[in-house]
Amino acid sequence: MIPETLKYSEHHEWVRKEADTAVVGISDFAQEQLGEVVYIDLPQVGDTLTAGEVMGSVESVKSISDLYAPVSGTVTEVNDALLDEPAKINEDTYNAGWMLKVTMSAPAEYDALLTAAEYEAKLD
Amino acid sequence: MAETRRTRLYEEHLARGARMTNFAGWELPLSYADTGPTAEHRAVREAAGLFDIDHMGRYAIAGAGAERFLNGVLTADVPRVPLMRARYALLPYDDGGMVDDAFLYRLEDAWWLIVNGANRDKDLRWLRAHAGAEVELREITEETYLLALQGPAARATLARVTDADLHAVPFHALARGTVAGAPTLIAATGYAGEYGYELYFPPEHAVAVWRALLAAGAVPAGLAARDSLRLEAALPLYGHEIAAEIDPITAGLEKFVRFDKGPFIGRDRLLKRVLEGTTRRLVGLEMLDAAVPREGFAVWHGEQAAGVVTSGGKSPTLDRFIALALVTPAAAAPDTPLTVDVRGTPKRAKVVPLPFYTPAYRR
Repeated sequence: MIPETLKYSEHHEWVRKEADTAVVGISDFAQEQLGEVVYIDLPQVGDTLTAGEVMGSVESVKSISDLYAPVSGTVTEVNDALLDEPAKINEDTYNAGWMLKVTMSAPAEYDALLTAAEYEAKLD
Repeated sequence: MAETRRTRLYEEHLARGARMTNFAGWELPLSYADTGPTAEHRAVREAAGLFDIDHMGRYAIAGAGAERFLNGVLTADVPRVPLMRARYALLPYDDGGMVDDAFLYRLEDAWWLIVNGANRDKDLRWLRAHAGAEVELREITEETYLLALQGPAARATLARVTDADLHAVPFHALARGTVAGAPTLIAATGYAGEYGYELYFPPEHAVAVWRALLAAGAVPAGLAARDSLRLEAALPLYGHEIAAEIDPITAGLEKFVRFDKGPFIGRDRLLKRVLEGTTRRLVGLEMLDAAVPREGFAVWHGEQAAGVVTSGGKSPTLDRFIALALVTPAAAAPDTPLTVDVRGTPKRAKVVPLPFYTPAYRR
């Protein structure tokens, strides 16, 4: 499942643009690969992210994956509900499974992300 | 790279959407699509789970010298194991480190030894090297199939598909019966911290027995649940708490070492460890900061290096992150505040008594 209204990073994060804010999560492919998520480590509100750099991690029973910032900017909101119920990422990664909201400092980075079609092509 | 082997139930696992993983050279289910690790864990704690554990090694030992041989390589008091009973035991090296852990079964005409799948060849070489005259030692792994049915509903579930009187099979007893048409050795043993059975039957019945037990209400459960279940019950796992570098005293397994049973490999060194104390102890850790403590992470006691995590993960029953760790005696007392180095970040933990979860049959 790869919603066409979103954009995607090479590291399997999805991004939804709301004005100058980017809402970030991980793709359905990524959650499927991970399996049941038991722990998530996210940046905090106010942290500055740099596109392409590690911003946190997501852990399933048997594996750990780094999370990479898909865009640069300042974290304005974190989905705290995931800290208690990380399995929401498995259940509904594109909605309840959102991780962060980021005020973008370089909106051109969003434009350069993969479209749904490009991301899908990468997975094949 | 050795080839990965598949059990006879491989297609059954795939049909249930299993996420497969490589374990001990075998391609085995980590969890199933309809459930997942946490739901499978809960099914075993609350009802009954069914595990494909055919990868485990099985040997048959017979002959006039069998009892003496086994008493010399195992820590259990072998002559005192009653007929049709099972005993947990360790296989020590001369220096006290562990070759493996195992279950010993005393059957009518032979002993069976059940070992870790990863150690089938190593253990066989070790046993052969120590089996003297009048010992017939034979690997029977491929002559039998092995499933584990575990959980408080295991008895009721198995009763639906067997003619055996399961009330006559207390914990760690062995019985014979027919299960879904297969002549079966029913062992009231397991590795989940629950009452349950391990079932041995001719391999051609694998699919039929598997399906019959699922139809009787068992939930298929994978290796992820098996690991979190045994971790909560603080049951040791080969390669983590059982290893050549770890002795049974250090691992908190002294109750399985019977010093009064006569000579056995490693006895002198193990007795010395009991008398003089060990430099490390296996303890339980509960994380106070949320983080997954994983094998190999360093443990600190203030500014002092205290030890290392041997197993860790999320406890579905406690809804907390827990770990087993080998630490210095100074850091081993319950409630000692420690920190775990989680990939460069110190996370607070404290020592807690083991097991994390007391099995229902022991309460």
